Amino acid sequence: MRRFKGLAMTVVMGGVIAVAAGCGSDDAKTSGSEGKGSSQLQGEVITDGSSTVFPIMEAVAEEYMSAQPDVKVSVGSSGTGGGFKKFIAGETDLSNASRPVKEEESAMLDDKGIKYTELKLAFDGISIVVNKDNDFIDSLTVEELQKLWIDNGKVKKWSDIRPEWPKEEIKFYSPGTDSGTYDYFNEVILEEKPMVENATLSEDDNVLVQGVEGDKNAIGFFGFAYYAENKDKLKIISIDNGKGAVEPTHETIKSGEYAPLSRPLYTYVANKSVAEKEQVADYTQFVIENAGELSEEVGYISLPEEEYQKDLDKLKELKK
Amino acid sequence: MKLINKSHVAKRMPVRLAVNTICKGLFFLATLVGLIVLAILFYRIFTQGIGHLNGDFLQNFASRKPEEAGIKAALIGSVWLMAVVAPVSLMLGVGTAIYLEEYARKNWITTFIKVNISNLAGVPSIVFGLLGLTVFVRALALDRSVLAAGLTMSLLVLSVIIVAAQEAIRAVPRDLREASFGMGATKWQTIRKVVLPAAIPGILTGGILALSRAIGETAPLVVVGIPLFIAFLPQTVLDTFTVLPMQIYNWTSRPQEEFQQVAAAGIIVLLILLIVMNSIAVLIRNKFQKRY
Repeated sequence: MRRFKGLAMTVVMGGVIAVAAGCGSDDAKTSGSEGKGSSQLQGEVITDGSSTVFPIMEAVAEEYMSAQPDVKVSVGSSGTGGGFKKFIAGETDLSNASRPVKEEESAMLDDKGIKYTELKLAFDGISIVVNKDNDFIDSLTVEELQKLWIDNGKVKKWSDIRPEWPKEEIKFYSPGTDSGTYDYFNEVILEEKPMVENATLSEDDNVLVQGVEGDKNAIGFFGFAYYAENKDKLKIISIDNGKGAVEPTHETIKSGEYAPLSRPLYTYVANKSVAEKEQVADYTQFVIENAGELSEEVGYISLPEEEYQKDLDKLKELKK
Repeated sequence: MKLINKSHVAKRMPVRLAVNTICKGLFFLATLVGLIVLAILFYRIFTQGIGHLNGDFLQNFASRKPEEAGIKAALIGSVWLMAVVAPVSLMLGVGTAIYLEEYARKNWITTFIKVNISNLAGVPSIVFGLLGLTVFVRALALDRSVLAAGLTMSLLVLSVIIVAAQEAIRAVPRDLREASFGMGATKWQTIRKVVLPAAIPGILTGGILALSRAIGETAPLVVVGIPLFIAFLPQTVLDTFTVLPMQIYNWTSRPQEEFQQVAAAGIIVLLILLIVMNSIAVLIRNKFQKRY
């Protein structure tokens, strides 16, 4: 027993020292920043919303920290819908979204008298992928995508789509229904009809990557960044929207050629917050000015320069 | 006169010994399953994460660059959360258990309350998150603070602590109480000096389980609206914060391979924090342990 006590004691002491080291360095930092000039802004900026947009906002907040160390920026990741709920309750200054605000959501915002402005941050291309060993598919038309993904009550085989394809059962992998990616796919491909029943849904896109990687008859879709990081493990499908097959690449997503699966990512800012809180106005401007470069860094595609200029003009209007 | 039929015993002996050996093997196997899974988990986590685990990792805030990503905000946030959850849930939980076991009259209302408390342990954690959002965050206007989240988590683990404390108090032998009363002690004196010290090992076991659950939960915190990225530390219980499991989950869901390793390093930190917490509880338990 005594030996065990000694061991436990060592572990406890080790832990305490580790935690204390963390705290200690923090104190040093805060006291250092107080010395900086009085032109620094203060206060809170609260943002929440889409987990797809989160990496961009995390990067922006990280950079903003060195520009304005006394402004406390917090970024949540409760999903596009969850974010709007908090935005409607007036609890957040900016709400990130991977789809435009829904009609019912904007009606609720009107009810509460919350005026908002939509800002575009970047593009994402929803990528359709199959297993690396799949040698018969290179491209799909939008109609074929619909035939694949909309439920018809039967088990689907590749041969149901094109007769020359193998008579093997297709395995489907899709992001979970809470995600904006699902919402977007639901709107443009499924057109609000139910998705195939035996699809595997996951909120974690890495699970989808692994699923498609490990199953010869799998097909799945997710954000472009997950394909870009796993290019050697997956095979990308070009999408034919009546104007020839287009593979999602940096260029085709940016130019809008990869349609209809290119989607913009947004943040919605409360007009009142910009007008009343100096730090929110400053932060929002910082977001627009840096979204392009930083979204590229985390795996998304920046908008054309004029789009950001438009956003900046919108913001200027709000500050008046 | 022979009381024992030796030949009969000798005949049964090999079978009895065989059954004994089989049972031993069976239960050893059962233990092994858990241990092997744990060993695989440890191996995977440590080989992935050990490279990222250094002083910078503990002292940096989260970052978009995996090599610069650190866990400071989440680690300190989790410690703050525990600083609220541990006292609140233990005091409320043990208090409730003492009332129900020692003071409350044994009637149908008490039974009804006890049954409901046990049932609360099975309520999904997200429901507690909604409760916390409505009551603490909005009605009491505590915002997305350490206090609001801590109170929510305390409610979540309260029923586990109450049930464990009740069992522990009930297991204290009746003779001890009667001896104490016999010496002229009041009810409160008996509870404080006799019943509680004897029950503390059991109470702490429940407490360890409850706090381990609280430190690993994410769902209620997401509902309450605790942010994921912050680049500052809470100064009081009314500041906002983030916690380890949320940060780890976010890293595992990133597309970049390197973030998987960062996540593994985060898991190691969470494991160490858990071990530290449990060791403290074990130390206290050993100090109070008395055998009757």
